[in-house]
Amino acid sequence: MLIGIVSVYAAGFNEDNISIFDFANRSGLQILWVGVACLIAITTMTIESRFYNLFTGFFYGFMLLLMVVTLIFGKEVNGNKSWLSFGPVGIQTVEFMKLATALLLAKTMSAYGFKMANMKDFLQVFLIVLLPFGLTLLQHDTGSALVFSSFIIVFYRAGLKPWIVVSCIFLVFLFILALLVEPYGIVIIMGVTCIGIFVAMTRKYRAALILMGIITVITLALHLGLAQLDIYIDLYESLLIAHAAVIPLGIIYAFWRKIKSVLLIIGFFIISIGTTYSVDYVFDNFLQEHQRRRINDLLGIESDLRGWGYNVHQSKVAIGSGGFLGKGFLEGTQTKGNFIPEQSTDFIFCTVGEEWGFLGAALVVGLYLLLLARLLNVAERQKSLFAKLYGYGVVSIIFFHIFVNIGMTIGIMPVVGIPLPFVSYGGSSLWAFTILIFVLLNLDVSRYE
Amino acid sequence: MNEFANRKIYITGFFVLVFAIIVGRLFYIQIVDSYYKRTADQNAMRYEYQYPARGLIFDRNGTLLVGNQTVYDIVVIPREVAAFDTTALARVLGMTEAQVHSTLNAIKAAAKKNAAYQPALFCRQVSTEAFALLQEKWFKFPGFYAQARSIRAYPRRLAGNLIGYIGEADTASITADPFYIQGSFMGKIGIERSYENALRGKRGLTIYMRDKLNRVRDRYAGGAYDTVAIPGANIVCTIDADLQEYGEQLMQNKVGSIVAVEPATGEILTLVSTPNFDPELFIDVHRAGERNALALDPLKPLFNRAVMAQYPPGSIFKCVNALVGLQEGTVSVNTTHACDGGYYFGNRRVGCHRHASPLNLIQSLQMSCNAYYCHEFRGIIDKPEFGSPQAGFAAWRRHVESFGIGQRLESDIPNELRGLLPTAASYDKMHGANRWKSATILSLAIGQGELGVTPLHMANLAATIANRGYYYTPHVAKSIQGGKIDRRFLTPHTTTISREHFAPVVEGMYLAVNGDVGSTARWTKMPDVPICGKTGTAQNPHGEDHSVFICFAPKDNPKIALAVYVENSGAGASWAAPTASLMVEKYLKKAVTRKWLEGYVMNANLLPQNTQNGAAKKQ
Repeated sequence: MLIGIVSVYAAGFNEDNISIFDFANRSGLQILWVGVACLIAITTMTIESRFYNLFTGFFYGFMLLLMVVTLIFGKEVNGNKSWLSFGPVGIQTVEFMKLATALLLAKTMSAYGFKMANMKDFLQVFLIVLLPFGLTLLQHDTGSALVFSSFIIVFYRAGLKPWIVVSCIFLVFLFILALLVEPYGIVIIMGVTCIGIFVAMTRKYRAALILMGIITVITLALHLGLAQLDIYIDLYESLLIAHAAVIPLGIIYAFWRKIKSVLLIIGFFIISIGTTYSVDYVFDNFLQEHQRRRINDLLGIESDLRGWGYNVHQSKVAIGSGGFLGKGFLEGTQTKGNFIPEQSTDFIFCTVGEEWGFLGAALVVGLYLLLLARLLNVAERQKSLFAKLYGYGVVSIIFFHIFVNIGMTIGIMPVVGIPLPFVSYGGSSLWAFTILIFVLLNLDVSRYE
Repeated sequence: MNEFANRKIYITGFFVLVFAIIVGRLFYIQIVDSYYKRTADQNAMRYEYQYPARGLIFDRNGTLLVGNQTVYDIVVIPREVAAFDTTALARVLGMTEAQVHSTLNAIKAAAKKNAAYQPALFCRQVSTEAFALLQEKWFKFPGFYAQARSIRAYPRRLAGNLIGYIGEADTASITADPFYIQGSFMGKIGIERSYENALRGKRGLTIYMRDKLNRVRDRYAGGAYDTVAIPGANIVCTIDADLQEYGEQLMQNKVGSIVAVEPATGEILTLVSTPNFDPELFIDVHRAGERNALALDPLKPLFNRAVMAQYPPGSIFKCVNALVGLQEGTVSVNTTHACDGGYYFGNRRVGCHRHASPLNLIQSLQMSCNAYYCHEFRGIIDKPEFGSPQAGFAAWRRHVESFGIGQRLESDIPNELRGLLPTAASYDKMHGANRWKSATILSLAIGQGELGVTPLHMANLAATIANRGYYYTPHVAKSIQGGKIDRRFLTPHTTTISREHFAPVVEGMYLAVNGDVGSTARWTKMPDVPICGKTGTAQNPHGEDHSVFICFAPKDNPKIALAVYVENSGAGASWAAPTASLMVEKYLKKAVTRKWLEGYVMNANLLPQNTQNGAAKKQ
């Protein structure tokens, strides 16, 4: 088991060295951080395992307090107010907040009589996640805040109803759809989808055809017909009115034929349209300018390769130019030329992709998958529920980091500043991940006690 | 929670799926899509091109027509600029102090952080004196450097339209040919364009690595991919610089063209198109204003009339009709027609000038009788063997076509026009299918109507008659260093007219210049060289007629054939004929003795009245 960790560790350390070869002090520092991390690992292992269970609540509370302190007295780095300085050393408190949250979640959910399906219990754990999430958002560290959403994996494993997970995924899908497609397009897509679901569930083709016919006729009548009388209603509104008009028909039909699913489908349709409608509002009013741009860039809606699209474009260029075998250690033209911002921290994967090519990048990705698989295994074999749930928490956090970080360097995720575990430069994240894993190992060692 | 144990599989599956997507995406951008590799090269490599010297252009006698010269641009690297004496720099460069400041500030503003290490253009094309002064004072101006640039030089300042000029490659060329990159130069018109591939040479390349601040780090791969520049090939062209210069002097203050070819080879000796322009306008950055004015000039100096202007040939076309008639047997040397001041058919009339009557074929050319050719042309079209005027026309057209009329001659001068030679279909369209006859298209008899030829076509016609029945495609390249001129210039084109039929036509043309009373161009004859010529007066519905003359000399074994076209100047004998005669004298005798005639032509100002002021200023 250790081999997996050590190899990723070694690989990570190596890559780190490459990318920051020019900045001797940075790679030097990273070696120092690794040394400290080893000490931390040993300490973590030697502590009595019950300690973690017992002091979880206190630790969580302390971290929350520290988060608030950071928010007030913190140092601003790149627009994020997430750093707390102790003299010369800066600590990113949120990295440890993740650990505390994972622990407290495990403790709460392993309590006797806890049931995910129970509304009160659910709200309790939801709150545990929501508090640090909110504080992180206030620190303008969206990336780290999103990490907390990864605990949905823990919830799911503990018995969260699948439809909630599915609707969450569906919401993300709707969000993207709403940004990509014109409003009338969404109405058409959703309308067709709903009628499709209806047909799939009831096999009533004729009713479906009639329904579609009615909607089409009303839409065309409103949009084109009234135009002859100099009354102009745009396509989106015409479609909405047409759909609104057939909804009562649908309800009547549902009661007449006693088909309950029709009501569900209608509800689904209304909620979906409502959601997409609100997406534009959220997008335009809640997100910051740079976040909007990053999402637009990712979805290919608009881009500016010299401005805000620069990072991702350069990152893709660096990775893409690696080819199959890469350019070799220290031979990367892009990384050597410092074209990519933040290449020793968030965009570290570029170095791997460029210098070691597809082979190296795939190998690193494979090692990560191996690590996750090992961690999952470790989690599953735990006797105590606390240790098992904590294990899932670790898996969730690490998975989210890997997925989003690598995803953004190759342009399938929007750019958010979260590090690649064990590889990115930075003391806090390295130590936090070390503790995260070694606490699990500690629990694992003592699993037969 | 053990009842949810199987969810471990879903979670693992989800992880595997996500990682598969990542690997798939990596595969796509690293292996499938080459876009990123190309961009990376552009990012990290700095391609420095060494532009070779462009090939030189010589005239047929070895006189340099187009050469190269080195000019210096002053560039500045914003990062390296320290305090310096702005007054001194301003004085050396001939700028004001305020200009120095504003230029420098503009460069600094444009070159934010990344371009601050890049040289930026400060002052273009400084004079040689300024450069010499600067040479001694570089240490006073830190951050300023001189960059050598090779530009064209025109020692004779001749034939701007024919030689053409070079300019920055346009987007279309850059996309079509990888040789060109943003900012590289290419021939735009004339010889510079048609022989671009030979003249441009091969660009050299040095690849450097650079970082995001554009600082050059070192040679890429130790220079393994670098290439050496190969200079462009020199070209000897067929132009005779002295004759060309003389032609341009004769044509000053006139709108028109002179094209002279060597009949035995098709080599173009002179190609004048006026008004013309000083080729130096296109190399001197300080004369951009004059250059732009060229494009707006109503007399279109950039328009190469010799190959791009299409005119009705007028009476010179009678030579062709005479030859076609002789070939078809519808006319003989002894055929005579009476001329009563014109040709009458129905209630219409083709007028003619006063001359003796009746005339035979040779006399008809000598005196250029319109009525004779109306009879003669109708004779061809209505030849009984053809059966219909349409068939007659088709036969006539085939003969005319063999002279290169109505098609591009495919010379090596760009943008050559094909001219106009009507088809039976076009007449069908005009008059209704087969509802036209010889009388309908009678204008063709005297070179009017739906006919259009360029001066190059006319010179080619003169050369064809001089050769008694064949021509070589006219061309301007005599030899290319390290290459060959195109084969098409070495194969003769034979007309459909038998050689023996040329004798009477040549005789008629000889008499037109050297005959007695009534010969159209007798006042331009040379005492000791037999010139054969034919005048033409092309009717111009927009104003004064155009004056046309084709000729060749000497009569036997001709050395030169030429066409002169002077727009809006009246009868062919008045201006075109004396110009042509002087050209012949200049070419065959190297010096002109008929000074009175030379003065008459050179000093004449035949420009359209409303443009005279502007044109006078230019001269």
